[in-house]
Order: sequence, then C-alpha cells, then structure tokens
Amino acid sequence: MTLLDHVPSEAQLRRSAYRRRQTVYSVLVAAFSTAALGTLLVIAVTGAPGWDRVRRSFLDPEIARDALPTVLSGLWLNVRLLVCCAVGALLLGLLVAVLRTLRGPVFFPVRALAAGYTYTFRGLPLIIVLYLLTLGVPGLRLQGMPPVLVLGGIALVLTYGGYLAEVFRAGIESVHPSQLAAARSLGLSYRQTMRHVVLPQAVRRVAPPLLNDVVALQKDVGLVSLAGPIDAVRAAQIATAQTFNYTPYVVAGVLFVLLAIPLIAVTDWVTLRAARRQSGG
Amino acid sequence: MALLRCRGLRKEFGGHVVLDQLDLTVAEHQVVALIGASGSGKSTLLRCVNLLDELDDGTIELDGVDISDPRVDPDQVRRRIGMVFQAYNLFPHLSVLDNITLAPRRVHRRGRAEAEAQARELLDRVGLGAKADAYPDRLSGGQQQRVAIVRALANSPRLMLLDEVTSALDPELVGEVLAMIRDLKADGMTMVLATHEMGFAREVADEVCFLDAGRVVESGPPEQVLGEPTQPRTRQFLRRIIEAGRL
Ligand SMILES: Nc1ncnc2c1ncn2[C@@H]1O[C@H](COP(=O)(O)OP(=O)(O)OP(=O)(O)O)[C@@H](O)[C@H]1O
Ligand SMILES: [Mg+2]
Repeated sequence: MTLLDHVPSEAQLRRSAYRRRQTVYSVLVAAFSTAALGTLLVIAVTGAPGWDRVRRSFLDPEIARDALPTVLSGLWLNVRLLVCCAVGALLLGLLVAVLRTLRGPVFFPVRALAAGYTYTFRGLPLIIVLYLLTLGVPGLRLQGMPPVLVLGGIALVLTYGGYLAEVFRAGIESVHPSQLAAARSLGLSYRQTMRHVVLPQAVRRVAPPLLNDVVALQKDVGLVSLAGPIDAVRAAQIATAQTFNYTPYVVAGVLFVLLAIPLIAVTDWVTLRAARRQSGG
Repeated sequence: MALLRCRGLRKEFGGHVVLDQLDLTVAEHQVVALIGASGSGKSTLLRCVNLLDELDDGTIELDGVDISDPRVDPDQVRRRIGMVFQAYNLFPHLSVLDNITLAPRRVHRRGRAEAEAQARELLDRVGLGAKADAYPDRLSGGQQQRVAIVRALANSPRLMLLDEVTSALDPELVGEVLAMIRDLKADGMTMVLATHEMGFAREVADEVCFLDAGRVVESGPPEQVLGEPTQPRTRQFLRRIIEAGRL
C-alpha cells in the first residue's frame, strides 16, 4: 500500500533506476550464457563421430510412433499401480508411525511390531520383497490367492510404507512437546491431540519429503514387471527386442518425466502453500 | 470450601526432589500467586495440578474430589482447569478462532456456530475481535498470550493456572495481559499464578506463597509476605529481586 500523494525522494528514484538497470543486465547475461551453453552442447553432440548411429538407434521417429501405443498402455498400468500403492503406502506409513509413538506397557507388542516392520522393510531390497510375494506366496497354493499384480502392489506398499513411516515419525517428533502439553491441558484426549494438533503440523512439515518418496515410488512401480505384468519399461523392452532399436526406451523415459512433472509441481505447490499459510498470508 | 487442596505433594526428576511435602489450599474466587527463585518448582506444581506430570506422593483435591487417584480420567479433570503457558503454546497451524474453538468443539461437542459465536464474543471483550481469522505468528506476543488465555477460558474452567504468562513479553506488552488477568479476578475467577512480577502479585493476589526447594516456605496476604517477610529465605529472595529492580 503506497499513499497516493507520496512523492519518492531523489535517493529512492536513483535506487529504483539502478535496480532496473541491474535487472535488465542480469536477464541479458542469463540469456547469453544459456544460448552459448546450448550451442556448445548441440555442436558437441551432433558433431560427435557416432552421432548418426546414435540418432538412428535412439531417436527414430517412425519407431517411436509405432512403439507409443504399447508403451502408453504399459504406462497406464504404472499410473494405476502408482495411485493405489501411493495411497496404500501413505496410510500404512502413517499408521505405523502413530503406533510407534504410543506409550505404556500395554502397547509394547504393537510398538515392537511397528519398529520391527520399519527395520525389516527399509533394509530389504524391493526386488527381493517382490519376488517373495509374487513368486513365493502363490507357491503356497492357498485358496483365493489374489492376482500377481495385487501381490506386487502389496510388496511395493510394504517397502514404501517402511520409508514413509520414518518420514512421518520424524514429522511427529518435530512437533514440540509444549504443543502436546497445551492440547492435553485443554482436555483433548491423546487421540484428539494426535488428530487435531500433532499430525496436521507433522504432515505439513514433512509433505515435501513424503511426495519426494512418491516420485521415487513412481519409478519403482515398474519393477512389478519382473513378475509378469507389462509396464511401460517392459513394453519398451519388448518393442526394442523386436526392432533392435532403443527408441522405445527413450519414448518410455520421456513419458515418465512427463508423468513426474505434475507430481513434482504439486510437491512444490504444497510446500509453498504450507509456508504461506503458516505466515498467515 | 476449598476449590483446590494439595497435601504433601512430592515430585522427583531422576532422584532430584523438586516438590517436597508441599501443601497448598485455594478457596473459590481466590487468587494465589506463587513466587520463588528459578527452579523452585512453581511450574512443576502447576503441571502436577493439571495432571500433566505424575505425582510421586501426596493428594490433590479439586472440588472435594481426589483427582490424583489413578482411576480418575485426567482428560475430564483438565477440562475443568484452564492452563496458560509462558510461551503461549498456540497451535500455529490453526487460526485464532480455530485455536479457541478446538476444545469446545472436540471436547465439549458443541456445534461450530455456537463455539465460534462464543469465541468471537470472548475475543471482542479483550479487543481482539479483528484478529479472529489471523494465524498466531501474525500476532504480537501480548496478543498471542491474550488469545491463549481466551482459549483456556473457552472451556469455562473452574480454575485457571497461569505460569509466568508475562515473562516472555516485551515490557510494553506486559500491561495488556495483566489487565486481562485483573478483569478475570473481577469476574471472580479462581486462579493460581506463578509470577516474577512482584508488583502485580501484590496488587492482584489474595495470597502469596513463597516457594523454595519445593516447599511453601511462607504464605499469607501480599502485604505481609512481600512487605514484612518472617522467613530468612523469603527476605533473601526479596532482597535479590529488589537489587534486580523488579519490585
Ligand atoms: N521434565 C523434567 N525433567 C527433569 N527435570 C525437570 C523437569 N521439569 C523440571 N525439572 C527440574 O525441576 C526443577 C523445578 O523446575 P520448575 O520448572 O518447576 O521451576 P520454576 O520454579 O518454574 O522455575 P522458573 O521460575 O525458572 O520457571 C528444576 O530444577 C528443573 O530442572
Ligand atoms: Mg517455570
């Protein structure tokens, strides 16, 4: 809010003019250096002795067009798995983190179980969990065995739930004990304190690392293809085997990045909004 | 009848005795000021009364009911006691209005409209009506502390515990919080307040208790305890306070 009849002083006018000049100058410098670096890169890559061969085997537009439908249908599997597994892993992680905060001897077994779970599944490589669930569990020949895709999804949820539980726990522990004391002094029960005071602050604080793990999950959901289902990378691999050309991989890679961009944008937006809300603006 | 009666309270932290055979009685509508050096156990006493810390011995009666009995639901007890902390402890993720209505809505199961109307009325009364939708970090320390007092009052407590509610404030903001406590006294609120503001204790308290090493060493009307203390340790404490220019 500037007052309408305020006339800037001589000094302020000089400062503004100087700042404007500085802005123009830095934009020019940025534009020039970007152009120079880009040109250099293009010359270096296209001028390389093997460039023509690389372009033919990695950037063939015709093969890209042919591979796109199968890679896309593979990607649809990735997306569905991602959504289900992300929701599952977030819920599981939150539950485990809250269980680990319970105090009192009654909860010892629950606490021990939750701690054991996070230790195990953060230490166990995802591929091994996947194999155990998708190959080992069906071997039991139990009645009503879920399909391999669901078992693979469970493996992902179990592994990522372990990571997310630790992120949630860090968030919960970052809430100062005086906040708990204030909530309890108002007569809120432990559960109400968790639900209305601790968790909202904890989740807000760790939202960026949580979403970061979801981006990592996005790349790992494709591993279910090890057990049979065809995801985008596997589809690209099949197409590559048929054409002896790596372009389908590039197609899959580009699609993955395109898929990640909205997720990353959401991460940034959430972080920004949290910061802004905290400061009341 | 006494609203609050503490008998033989004992509290240790890892072998260090913080409250030792402490007795304290507060009648309804009475204001008791706890004074004493840093570490004498004032905050610990208030936290024990609010069942935030577990006693190692002794009993606490509120309205004639033993609330230190482990079979008593502490949440039920805390609903009847309002507590205000030195560092305000407002919930930073909630607006002023939501800070105040949290307990009425979740604990007392009042409707949102009813709880908000009550909160706005309380805020208006202390001149903070315009801040209802602000977040705590947009308020000055004095405003935050007044919101914290309003938040405790929204539970309609029988007893208010105030733990050095002005000691985190800049001197020019102390007055607005003290004025609010003065109004509470005029409304007949029963209060126990730990304070370093001797002048205020003298003005507002019906009784001053001097704590030393976890015991009430001397208690009585403010003129007596602050004016003509009989115990050597009280005299020593007051002398130091005077030297520090706080009386
Ligand atoms: N949670 C705790 N764990 C261990 N020791 C504690 C704890 N809380 C308090 N104490 C100890 O108990 C003693 C009394 O502390 P208390 O906070 O009650 O003093 P106080 O009279 O409120 O002091 P001040 O005027 O500085 O606020 C101190 O020696 C302190 O170190
Ligand atoms: Mg204290």
